[in-house]
Amino acid sequence: MSGALILLECLVREGVDVIFGYPGGVTLPLYDAMYDHPIRHVLVRHEQNACFAAEGYARSTGRVGVCCATSGPGATNLITGLVDSLMDSIPVVAITGQVTSKLIGSDAFQEADTFGITRSCTKHNFLVKNVADLPQIVHEAFYLASSGRPGPVLVDIPKDIFQAQSHYKPVDEIHLPGYKIYADGHTGQIRRAAQMMWDAERPMVYAGGGIIHAEASAELQTLVETLDAPSVCTLMGLGAMPSNHPNFISMPGMHGSYAANMAITHADLLIALGVRFDDRVTGRLAAFAPHAKVIHLDIDPAEIGKNRTADLPIVGDCKRVLSKLNRILLEMRATEGPKNESARRAWWGQVRGWKDEHPLTPEISDTEIKPQHLISEIDRISGGEAIVTSDVGQHQMWSAQFVRFNHPRLWINSGGLGSMGFGLPAAIGAQFANPHKLVFSIVGDGGFQMSIPELATIANNGLPVKIVVMNNGYLGMVRQWQELFYNNRLSSVTLDGFPDAEKLAGAYGFKGRTIESPLELRSALEEMVAEPGPYLLNVKVSPFENVYPMVPAGGAINEMVLRNPQPVAASD
Amino acid sequence: MLQIISLLLENKPGALMRVTGLLTARGFNIESLTVARTLDPELSRMSIVVDVEPHLRSQVIKQMNKLVNVLQATDLTDCPAVAREMVLLRVRSQIQTRTAILKEAEIFGARVVDNSTEGFALEATGDTEKLDEFIDIMRSYGEIEVTRSGVVAVSLEAKKLRLAPPVPTSGAREREEAAASTK
Repeated sequence: MSGALILLECLVREGVDVIFGYPGGVTLPLYDAMYDHPIRHVLVRHEQNACFAAEGYARSTGRVGVCCATSGPGATNLITGLVDSLMDSIPVVAITGQVTSKLIGSDAFQEADTFGITRSCTKHNFLVKNVADLPQIVHEAFYLASSGRPGPVLVDIPKDIFQAQSHYKPVDEIHLPGYKIYADGHTGQIRRAAQMMWDAERPMVYAGGGIIHAEASAELQTLVETLDAPSVCTLMGLGAMPSNHPNFISMPGMHGSYAANMAITHADLLIALGVRFDDRVTGRLAAFAPHAKVIHLDIDPAEIGKNRTADLPIVGDCKRVLSKLNRILLEMRATEGPKNESARRAWWGQVRGWKDEHPLTPEISDTEIKPQHLISEIDRISGGEAIVTSDVGQHQMWSAQFVRFNHPRLWINSGGLGSMGFGLPAAIGAQFANPHKLVFSIVGDGGFQMSIPELATIANNGLPVKIVVMNNGYLGMVRQWQELFYNNRLSSVTLDGFPDAEKLAGAYGFKGRTIESPLELRSALEEMVAEPGPYLLNVKVSPFENVYPMVPAGGAINEMVLRNPQPVAASD
Repeated sequence: MLQIISLLLENKPGALMRVTGLLTARGFNIESLTVARTLDPELSRMSIVVDVEPHLRSQVIKQMNKLVNVLQATDLTDCPAVAREMVLLRVRSQIQTRTAILKEAEIFGARVVDNSTEGFALEATGDTEKLDEFIDIMRSYGEIEVTRSGVVAVSLEAKKLRLAPPVPTSGAREREEAAASTK
């Protein structure tokens, strides 16, 4: 068997059904083997998007996403996607071709030191030196990508390894003695955590992407309900609590809601679950949850105490630890009965008061489409059930604020790295993994133009992705900062020359439309959703809308700016 | 503040790069690094001295322990441990200072490893401060050239080595489950 076939056999054993990739010189033997192989290969139009699509697949399913690129430029084009998956802990296996073993180090055609370059972009990486090692390495790669704190793993395979003949011996066991996963949680710590939760007067649950990776949203809900505590989900954790759950407040942080940020600031116990106290959540760290003791549960020991010291750390898998916690809490409820009832009632009163004081309400106008209006109309159609992908920026924050998600794995966006151009290819991966689901790709006019080539992938595969371009003619978030912090000197943020959406989509063979009146909004969205194939809807929104609430950089999260400080004159 | 880290890691390609990359990615400057095989030829022992702010020390150890190739990372800074270094030093000497140099070398327990009319090559081991002094004194006798090994350290307490057990591949796991369900 050739190395290429051995690789494909290992992928089959790992349950891979689709690879997003782009061929090249050194992967010719692999692509030849793929020609009549049952694993489906999706040809993207740029390697970066192969990795983003693999992420979309992984984020929407929890399974490992696979992407493939050739040596040199193919591999370097993957980098952004790899770092993106590393930052958001997404299980991705990237396979790259490498020049023939003998040529490595000779500056051969399309040679790059992929193994060296991707060391810091991956959870782990491999360079295959011997075809006999290939099965072991591939299975290790999948195990590393999907276990513990998930992440991207790259396998760099020289051309001669693809071609080499070897006797294939299936590998049934992985032994990585240095790769320790502490999944169960310390029993004593769990018990102490339960006691702290039961004793708290103003508990607050702060849940993140770790809940989603661990498939622990049911356990999270039980915990929140047992404690009857208010809860927030971070950008990466949206969907971990159903949006319409009475205990769910919203997202905290820089563009989080007033209620979420105030509640964290006033809590006496912060129950941090699968979160990493990211600077976009905490604002000024010293002023984050200043009155709270912190229980911090995470699978990654290095996250505990990294930014905020935990009063009670638990290293463990969210699902396992939460179900143990829930058992203890239910026992406590039965034996000890409710505690601090009046304090808890007062706490809820406070939280509801903040919610009523400054609710997240979409701006709506009769004359122009407000971006928030657009998002809330999409939300109305989705009803908390559609997959929504986004890039990074204003449209992302408004989507996080106004789209409801009733389940995990519906909200797919580039959080940690904040990569523009993520939304469209991620939607491709998500739609492949969920062929019958409604997939919206909400992108800005900037990010969309970074991933326009993938319209061809969408068209070729007849993917019914609903692309909504929130078009304000600006790099909106950068413009917002220039406006607020750089004296409104709008430097290189104007995006003139956006193409005609109808013609653009038409050129790829599907429908597109541009709208700018709020009266058309609802019918245009309905028309888009009714279309069986892909659809490009370019929505011209009011150009100077800003995302609020906003915590200025370096501010404490209770020091939110709630609306425009002064009306900004629109330049003609 | 200088932190002494002792690492036990798999002797695999790229393992050294992962360790140094982890430190440079965080802007830490490596003072010295030594690595060599252990009794088990598949493993290496690495001693690193690195300049880390005290509050980040445990974070560095945790990050090191996360590396797949690292079996154990230990912070020896405040633990019972011995940290030693070796220096090889060539000193040029005039005929009239030769005896004095040998006397000084004796005080520091240094050995003469080469002897010529030009001068001596000396070998000394000890802790970093002692070697600093030795080098200072030798410099007062004339032109010197120095190569230091960097710190090697060994913990004085046995620390239990915890290793991850083997796990079945996902394919093997599914086959097992399928076999179990048909039974």
